[in-house]
Amino acid sequence: MAEMAYWEAIRRAHDEELANDPMVIAMGEDIGVAGGTYKATSGLYQKYGAARIIDTPISENSYTGIGIGASMAGMRPIIEIMSINFALLALDTLINAAAKIRYMSGGRASCPIVMRTPGGTAHQLAAQHSARLARMFMSTPGLRVVTPRNPLDAYGMLKSAVRCNDPVIIIEHESMYNMRGEVPDNEVFRPLEGAEIVRAGSDVTLIGYNYSVHLCLSAADKLSAMGVSAEVLDLRALRPIDRDTIRRSVEKTHNVVIAEEDEATVGVGAEIISVIVEECFFALDSQPVRVHAADVPVPYNRSLEKAAIPDVDDVVAAALKVVGRA
Amino acid sequence: MNSSDRKRLLREMIFFRRFEERSFEAYMERKIGGFLHLYSGQEAVATGVLEMARRGHDYVITGYRDHVHAMKCGAPAREVMAELYGKVTGSSRGRGGSMHIFDPSVHFMGGYALVGQPFPLAAGLALACKHKGTDQIAICFLGDGANNQGTFHETLNMASLWKLPVLFVCENNLYAIGTRIDRSSAVIDQYKRATAYNIPSSQHDGQDIDVVMAAAREAIDHVRSGAGPYFVEFMTYRQRGHSMSDSNAYRSKDEEREWLARDPITIYSERLKTEGVMSDDDIAEMEKAVLEEIETDVVRFAEESPEPRVEDLNQYCLEEPPDPRWIGPLVPGERHG
Repeated sequence: MAEMAYWEAIRRAHDEELANDPMVIAMGEDIGVAGGTYKATSGLYQKYGAARIIDTPISENSYTGIGIGASMAGMRPIIEIMSINFALLALDTLINAAAKIRYMSGGRASCPIVMRTPGGTAHQLAAQHSARLARMFMSTPGLRVVTPRNPLDAYGMLKSAVRCNDPVIIIEHESMYNMRGEVPDNEVFRPLEGAEIVRAGSDVTLIGYNYSVHLCLSAADKLSAMGVSAEVLDLRALRPIDRDTIRRSVEKTHNVVIAEEDEATVGVGAEIISVIVEECFFALDSQPVRVHAADVPVPYNRSLEKAAIPDVDDVVAAALKVVGRA
Repeated sequence: MNSSDRKRLLREMIFFRRFEERSFEAYMERKIGGFLHLYSGQEAVATGVLEMARRGHDYVITGYRDHVHAMKCGAPAREVMAELYGKVTGSSRGRGGSMHIFDPSVHFMGGYALVGQPFPLAAGLALACKHKGTDQIAICFLGDGANNQGTFHETLNMASLWKLPVLFVCENNLYAIGTRIDRSSAVIDQYKRATAYNIPSSQHDGQDIDVVMAAAREAIDHVRSGAGPYFVEFMTYRQRGHSMSDSNAYRSKDEEREWLARDPITIYSERLKTEGVMSDDDIAEMEKAVLEEIETDVVRFAEESPEPRVEDLNQYCLEEPPDPRWIGPLVPGERHG
């Protein structure tokens, strides 16, 4: 068991999958000679060469399309988009093509691509580098969307995504790349479906994904000191949603807080509340509460930025409210 | 090319024309729904270019005017017609329709309705050919209107930079839906636009299949040799509207008459007659045989085929069944692997 940073875990998954299958390639801006903006592909250009670690021009829609076309002919491209904001440029090839090709060909063609991209608010990067957009991808049939919260999932889900025959979007987070965690020395594949109970509790379920799981875990510590037992549920996959695990947790705690870094409108929390209403409405003892980003473009100024995104205290306050302690 | 091959080419073009016109009739009878974009008038381009390719071996991709390209690649005509009818026996099992014909078994990788989207997909297919070290190439057929999309510029840049084995075939039919080329493109001769990306290019008559084949042979040889992409432009004209809902009000009758006089089937029939390869009677007999084949084989198959089952609505969205090694389920406390 080795402790490593999130970016190192991603790099290791690339390395193993590139070594395992000559059809695996990586492509993206600055991923080769420059080693990747977050070092997730560092050293791989030297090891695997320019034909497999492909530095692309700044042409997100078309290099994504090239990855898609290559995947239709048997390749396994791992496409890096430097920021999820830039993924908007690739929506045509991603959503109009990759997500629909298996279906509209009647299952005769498929697009086994992986798209990795950090989505989240980091350090004063302002409106055009701080979008989350998870809610947009999770609404698209034909895609899988996963949100690894730690190095183990970042490593094991990327490996599974490369092997899987569906297009998979992996949403990472700029504030998680240096986060450390344990990853086994032996090869591990982590499933692309299934929520995970990260911490057991009995009074309230705190639901998060990606970076917001860490807000929930810190909030659970604080709540514990206040005598509130919080269960923390990591969604792990935003598409498809693991309805069973959500239902079981809500039936146990009867109270729910959803922490999302996205804006609330037509969002992850809205979807989760719908799932709860459909699955186990009568198990609820209180109205679910969403902790979410402010409904504005993310501002540059440090205090405005802090006010725009949810933090641990917001989750604690929401949890106290649903358990009737506010 | 020997005379039996030339007769076959004429028969193919007559077949493709009749296929399109028969689907027009079925559309009017409401047996075909949605959008239907017909290829009538442009037959020499797809037929001629793909005659020079290794069909079933090279990858081919195009836009939504895709029936003829698919059939020339080897997709069975009865399956293409069944797809237009939305039947489960169709090329795309009734899920795609006219604009999304797929037959990966002959490397026809689809028809796409987003104008310009096939550019990068074609370059990706070519990247795979190059990566695997095969002698395959990718051929991308698109209209002149597609060249105004960003994907044209982005893809031509990367295809040239990486020397990908991709042939871009521009079927210049002078209209981007209803907007004439001089009102939509600052550069009228489309082949000139490829030179901005150091891609060799040329422009040819797309109505004379002999001219098309000669140009395509050179272009394909260039691409297959490993010298990188090539961009070939064929001047052509669609005889019908952009789609079935289009009355062609934006084109002059004089212009239409001028191009009708250069119908690719007429040009080739006249040549074969002049050269003594075929007589008027031979051609009339050929037309009759094509009509009969389309009715008794192609249309009957489409009419008699079953619809997809409504309970299969969710099929083909993701791979089925999901592979538990990568998909899950997640077993609490268990370390996978």
